[in-house]
Amino acid sequence: MSSISGRYAIVGVGESDVGQQLGRTGMALHLEACKRALTDAGLQKGAVDGLLTRAASSVPQANYSAVLAGRLGIQPTYISDVALSGASSASMILTAVAALEAGFCTTVLCVNGDAQTARANRRGHVTSWIEDFESPFGMLGAPITYGLPARRHMYEYGTTSEQFGAIAVACRKHASLNPNATFRTPITLADHQASRLVVDPYRLLDICPLTDGAGAVIITSAERARDLAQPPVYVLGMGQQNTHSDVQYAPSMTTIAMRGASRQAYAMAKLGPKDIDVAELYDCFTSVVLVTLEDYGFCEKGEGGAFVEGGRIELGGELPVNTGGGLLSQAHASGFLHITEAATQMRGAAGARQVIGAETAIVSGQCGATGINACLILGKDAN
Amino acid sequence: MKILPMPRPVIPLANPDTQPFWDGCAREELLLQRCSVCHAYRHPPSPICPNCLSDQCEWIRASGRGTVYTFVVVRQALRRAWQDMVPYVVAVIELDEGPHFLTNLVDVSPEAVTIGMPVEVVFAELDGTTMLPLFRPLEAAGTKP
Repeated sequence: MSSISGRYAIVGVGESDVGQQLGRTGMALHLEACKRALTDAGLQKGAVDGLLTRAASSVPQANYSAVLAGRLGIQPTYISDVALSGASSASMILTAVAALEAGFCTTVLCVNGDAQTARANRRGHVTSWIEDFESPFGMLGAPITYGLPARRHMYEYGTTSEQFGAIAVACRKHASLNPNATFRTPITLADHQASRLVVDPYRLLDICPLTDGAGAVIITSAERARDLAQPPVYVLGMGQQNTHSDVQYAPSMTTIAMRGASRQAYAMAKLGPKDIDVAELYDCFTSVVLVTLEDYGFCEKGEGGAFVEGGRIELGGELPVNTGGGLLSQAHASGFLHITEAATQMRGAAGARQVIGAETAIVSGQCGATGINACLILGKDAN
Repeated sequence: MKILPMPRPVIPLANPDTQPFWDGCAREELLLQRCSVCHAYRHPPSPICPNCLSDQCEWIRASGRGTVYTFVVVRQALRRAWQDMVPYVVAVIELDEGPHFLTNLVDVSPEAVTIGMPVEVVFAELDGTTMLPLFRPLEAAGTKP
């Protein structure tokens, strides 16, 4: 697979407006992000012949990619619904490159996000067969499924709530510099520690809030990218791994899908953790960033707690993480804004939050209580 | 401290793969599948062995004992129907037979729960027909080893 490193590029980037109670559907946010990505790329919509997306849970819809293509008024030669929750955004990029390489299409539009606070629009939910062994015990949501491995990490490695807090503080600091972020008022470690325990060990500020927002990117071949409006952002490496579905039965709760996914991506890019300038890591909960840093090789297993302390992951630190604010402070958007932010950083267009001289970025998309991970390495240059 | 908080808003529904498990609970027996070929225990119930893929298995009555592998304390209800339940402990038990088992810890203050704590199963009646397997500290039954 290494032969495709650097041969495909992100040429258009769009983010919808983000926030809470925007009064707009998930599909409306998708369409706004798509339009902005097209404008950014300088492409007419007719140039798009590939569409990858995922139905917003606020607007459940079968064959959603076909529905969205109809709303965009395009007739793509390749569409697919990529339904892997938080890993769907990064997985869309993997799938886009595979479809381009296969010759199914030449220009792929990827879009994801949701109107999470539009509760009135919720009509149903998809359940897993395992629900009978979860719901009767009050295992009702992500703060519990992610809290169980977080507690285990604290037990095995002495990780502390204050170390989780350092991640929340960094994300908020970065969001304060991002005009398209939902939560922009800086917080301190003391604020984190004073926030209430929701699902112990998680405090309120460990948990990403429900928000509305979407992101989109357009991917095409490096050759075609050179003729388009924006400096191309190259896809250098990609990888995916699945280690478990239900965290309570996982062989390990602390060494997880991030490891295998990142190893594939590093191998394709011919890069290692020391070569990465910016990290955009899926942060539905603070602890997930901490284990991702370990399994992506930025520190040893068990040392994630020490790694995030002392401003190392803040702008100006050794490895700025979630420079747009992340799910914790910018918006959820199923992690797609990690991709738009990484691409913006590679273009050198991130304004006050630009990581000076950044040439490589790593992106993590994950779901299933860390059991499914998709890893991307993006670059300013084709390598 | 909560003692077997009941009733609950959600009751399990048996299907052909899980019927023997819930029938066992009705008799206050914690059952695990054991593969007839490689003898690996497994949970949750599944038609085939994840180790050797054999579809031959026996249902074995487990000891009902284990230790706390990890846990959370739910202090804010994540759904309105569970408001009367908080705070409650969701825990993963490492059963003596090996498999992990998701459950609630009862008969114990959330503040007293620790990883590694020895526990045993206790059955609670849900709706007159369904029994739910919960766990409590071994000490609570006066059977401290």
